[in-house]
Amino acid sequence: MSPTYYLYLSAILFTIGSLGVLLRRNAIVVFMCVELMLNAANLALVTFSRINGDLNGQIIAFFVMVVAAAEVVVGLAIIISVYRTRRSASVDDASLLKY
Amino acid sequence: MTLTASSGVFSATWLLVAIPLFSAAILLISGRRADKWGHYLGVAAPLASFVLGVVLFFSLIGKHADGRHIDNHLFSWVPVAGFRANANFLIDPLSICFVLLITGVGSLIHVYSVGYMAHDPGRRRFFAYLNLFVASMLLLVLGDNFVALYFGWEGVGVASYLLIGFWSHKPSAATAAKKAFVVNRVGDFGLSIAIMVMFATFGSFSFVDVAAGSKTASTATMTSLGLLLLLGACGKSAQIPLQSWLGDAMEGPTPVSALIHAATMVTAGVYLIARSNFIFDVAPNARLAVAIVGTATLVFGAIVGCAKDDIKKALAASTMSQIGYMMLAVGLGPAGYAFGIAHLLTHGFFKAGLFLGAGSVMHGMNDEVDMRKYGGLRKFMPATFITFGLGYLAIIGFPGLAGWFTKDAIIEAAFHKGGTSGAIFGGCALAAAGLTAFYMTRVMVMTFFGDKRWAEGTHPHESPRTMTVPMWILAIGSVGGGYVLILSGRLAKFLAAAVPKPDDLAFKPIGVIGLATAGVVLLGVAGAWFMYARRPVPAIAPVGSPLTVAARRDLLGDAFNESVFMRPGQYLTRLLVFFDNRGVDGFVNGFAAFVGGTSSRFRRFQSGFVRSYALSMFGGVVVILAALLLVKG
Amino acid sequence: MPAVLATSLHAGAPETAIFWILAPLAVLASLGMVLSRNTVHCALLLGSVMLSLAVFYAAQGAPFLAFVQVIVYTGAVMMLFLFVLMLVGVDTRDSLIETLRGQRLAAAVAGIGFLLLLFAGIRQAAITSSVGIAEPPKVTDDQGNVLPGQGNIFEIAKLLFTRYIFAFEVTSALLITAALGAMVLAHRERHEPRRSQLEQMRDRFKVGTHPTPLPGPGVYARHNAVDTPALLPDGSTSDLSVPPAIEELRLERGRNPQPARLGPAQSSSRATSKQPPSGKGNL
Repeated sequence: MSPTYYLYLSAILFTIGSLGVLLRRNAIVVFMCVELMLNAANLALVTFSRINGDLNGQIIAFFVMVVAAAEVVVGLAIIISVYRTRRSASVDDASLLKY
Repeated sequence: MTLTASSGVFSATWLLVAIPLFSAAILLISGRRADKWGHYLGVAAPLASFVLGVVLFFSLIGKHADGRHIDNHLFSWVPVAGFRANANFLIDPLSICFVLLITGVGSLIHVYSVGYMAHDPGRRRFFAYLNLFVASMLLLVLGDNFVALYFGWEGVGVASYLLIGFWSHKPSAATAAKKAFVVNRVGDFGLSIAIMVMFATFGSFSFVDVAAGSKTASTATMTSLGLLLLLGACGKSAQIPLQSWLGDAMEGPTPVSALIHAATMVTAGVYLIARSNFIFDVAPNARLAVAIVGTATLVFGAIVGCAKDDIKKALAASTMSQIGYMMLAVGLGPAGYAFGIAHLLTHGFFKAGLFLGAGSVMHGMNDEVDMRKYGGLRKFMPATFITFGLGYLAIIGFPGLAGWFTKDAIIEAAFHKGGTSGAIFGGCALAAAGLTAFYMTRVMVMTFFGDKRWAEGTHPHESPRTMTVPMWILAIGSVGGGYVLILSGRLAKFLAAAVPKPDDLAFKPIGVIGLATAGVVLLGVAGAWFMYARRPVPAIAPVGSPLTVAARRDLLGDAFNESVFMRPGQYLTRLLVFFDNRGVDGFVNGFAAFVGGTSSRFRRFQSGFVRSYALSMFGGVVVILAALLLVKG
Repeated sequence: MPAVLATSLHAGAPETAIFWILAPLAVLASLGMVLSRNTVHCALLLGSVMLSLAVFYAAQGAPFLAFVQVIVYTGAVMMLFLFVLMLVGVDTRDSLIETLRGQRLAAAVAGIGFLLLLFAGIRQAAITSSVGIAEPPKVTDDQGNVLPGQGNIFEIAKLLFTRYIFAFEVTSALLITAALGAMVLAHRERHEPRRSQLEQMRDRFKVGTHPTPLPGPGVYARHNAVDTPALLPDGSTSDLSVPPAIEELRLERGRNPQPARLGPAQSSSRATSKQPPSGKGNL
C-alpha cells in the first residue's frame, strides 16, 4: 500500500461530499457534506506532506481546520436566522432570486 | 513669364483684397449698430481699392514691358512636404485689367445700391456681402497660383449664394440661390480635379510652374486639364451645359445682377481660360472644345432672350450669349485672347449699365418686372432712357460704340480661323449678332416706347441721383470703351505680357464681315421694330410657335436637367434610404432583438435553486479538470 | 506514534492494516451520511468519518493534527452541528422526491466523471517515492533526559510562528470576526417588553395549562421503554408522556405498547406468563 491510496480515498470522499451537496435538500446536511469535502482535502494535504517529507502540508491542513471552524460558526448562524424567519430549513425554499 | 518680386507700391497689393474683406467683416460683426453708417463704409471700401488699383496700374505701365509681372508674396499658406500653396498676389497686365474693372464698376454699383436699397432694412448686410464678393473676386484675379484662384472662386460662389438669396424669406429666392450654388459646384468639381491633376503632374500650382511644365507634359494630360478647366469655367460663366442657374439668379436685387451676373463673376470663367492659355496652347482639342461651347451658348442665349418677358431674365440671357462670344474668342487661341478680354471689359460697362437701367425702371414701376406692363416710359424716366439706350446701342454693335469694336473683332477672328470650324463659328456668331439686335430692340421698344400698359397705381418717376450718376458713368464707358481698347491694338499690346497677342491687329470695320454684321444687325432691329413698335403689345403673352414656347422655358434646359440628373438622383436616394431603413436598421434592430431574445432565454437558467447553481459550478469544475489533464497529459 | 521511516512507497504492515480497515468504513460512513434521511444519523456518521481521518493523520506522522481533528473538528464543530440540528428540528425529514428535473442524473454523471478525472490525475502524478515525516531520535542531555523542544508539535510550532506568522494572525482575526458575525446573525431583537415574573407566573397557572413537569415515561409503571406511556394515578395512561417524535415512530412501525395495569400483584416474569413474549401487546 502506497501513500497514493490515501489520495484515492480523499478523492472518493470528496466526490461523495460534493454529491451530497447537489442532492440533499436539508441545509444542515448540505453543510455537513461541505465539511466532508474539507476533511477530504485535509487528508490529501497531510498525505502530500508525508510524501514530501516536510511539514508545510500539515500547517496548511491546520489552517484549513481553523477556517472551516469559523465558516461553520457563521454558516450555522445564517441557517438559524433563515429558519427563524422562514420556518424552513430546505435550500429549495430559498429560491426568490430568480427570473 | 518671369516674376519680379514686389517692391514699393506693389507691396501694398494685398490691400486690394484686404480692404473690402475687412469692411465686410466689420459690417457683419457690428450688426444693427452699423445700420446708420454701414453703407458709407460699404461704398468706401471698393472705392479705396479702386484708387489703389489705379495707382498700381500707372506704376505698372511705368515699368518696362518685360518687367510687368510683379509677385507680391504675402505668406506661405500650406507648406506641407511637396504641397506648397502660397498666398501670393500677381500684378500683371491681365490681372490689373480685371482689378480695374471689378473695383471700378463695382464701386459704381455700390453707389447705386445706396439709393436702390434705401428702403430695405437689410441694406448693411447687403453691403457686407457685396464687399465680400469684391474681395473674393479680387483674390480670384490676383492670385498667382491656382489654389489662390480657387479660394477666390469659392468665395465668389458663396457671395453669389448669399446675394441671390438675400431676401431669404422668399422661397423662390432661396431656391434660386441653392440652384446657383449647386450648379456652380459641378463646375467647381472640374476645377478642383484639374488642380489635383496639376499637382500630380507638375507638383506645383503656380502659373509659372504649370506654364513651364506644360511644355513637356503629355498631350493627354494637358487635354484633360483643359477640359476640366473648361468645365469649371462653364459653371461660373453659365455656359452650356451649366447654364440653368443664371436666369433664376435674377431673383436677387438688381445691383447683384449687375455686378455679379453681368460684369464680374460670370467673367471669371473667361479669366480662367485666358490665364491658362499655356495649357490650351499644347491641347488644341481642348481649345476647340472651348470654342464649341462658346458658340453653342451664344446661339442658345440669343434664342432664349427673344422670348423672355421679364426684363431681367432677358438681360440675363443676353449675358449668357455675350459670354459665349468671349468664350469663343478665347477658344480661338492667340488670335482671340485680346478681343475676348476687350469684349469682357466693354461688356462689363454696357451690361452693368443695362442692368442698372432695368433696376431704375423697376424702381419707378413698383418693382414690376414684366415688360408687358411697361411701355412709353421714355418721357417719364429720361436719364434712364438715355443711359439704357446708349448701353443698348453698344450691345447691338452700333458703329462707334464699344460693342461694335469688340464684337466685330470677335466675329472677324472667328472667320479668320479658317476651315469649316471657322465658318461655323463665324456664321453662328454673325447670326447671333442679329438675334441680339432683335431681342435688345424688343426690350427697348416694349419698355420705353409704345402705349402705356401700366398696372393700376404706378407712377413712374426718375430715380435719385445716387442711382443715375453711376448709370451715366457706365454709359460713358459704353461709348468710349472701344476707342480706348481696340484702336491701335492698345489692349492687345498691353496684354501681350500675359496672353499671346494676335498676329493681325488691324481693325477692319469696312471689310466684308463688318458689312455683313451691320446688315444682320439692321435686320434684327427692323424685325423687332415691326413686331413690337408697329403693333400693339399684348398684355398677356400669346401662345407662340413651339420654338417660342421652348425658349420661354429656357430651351428646356431645366427640363433636361431634371429628367437626366434630378429624377435618377431622387430614385437613387430613395433606394439608399430603403436600404438604410430595411437593411442597416433591420440588421441593427434585428441584432438587438436577437440579443434580447437570447438573453430572455438564458435568464431561465436563473432558477433560484441553489442546487442547480451548485450543479453548474460542479460541471464547470469537471470541465476544467478535464482540460487541465488533457493539457498536462 | 509509529512514524513511517521508509522512503519507499511501501508502507509498513501496521499502517496497511489500519488503512484497509478504516478506509472502507470511512467510505461507507460517508455514503451513509449522504443517503440517510435522519439528520442526526448524518451527523453521527460524519463524526465517525472524522475520527477515521484522525487515525489516518496519526498514521502518517501528524499526531498534532490528529488530536486537533478530534478535539476541534469532531468535538467542537460536530457538536455545533448537533446543537443547531436540535434547534432547527430534529424530526424534519427529507422527502425522497427530487424536485429539480434531471438533477439526480446530472449529479451522478458529473460525480462519476469527476471521480474518474481525479483518479486519472492522481495516476498521472506518478508519485514514485515517499519521504515520510521522519522523527529523528530525541536528543538527550548528559543524564539521559530528553531535552524539551523536540518532536512534531514543536516543529509545527516553529513553522507556525516564523514562516506562517502572518497567516496565523490573520486567521485569529478571522475567528474573532466569525464569532462576532454569529452573534449578530443569531441575535433577536426584543419586540415587546420583557415579561415580568408576575406575568409569567399568571400564564403558568392559567386554566388549561399544565403547571407541573410532564410525567416521565415509566413513572407509576413498571416499564423503562420510552415509547410506553406512563400511568396516571387513576389508572389511565398519559398521552403527554410520549414525545411526539416517538409517537410518530410508534405509529409508523405499528407499535402501540400499553403499560401493564396496576392491580393484584401479577407475576411480571415471563416464566409464569401464559403468553409468549411478543413484540406487540402488553410489553
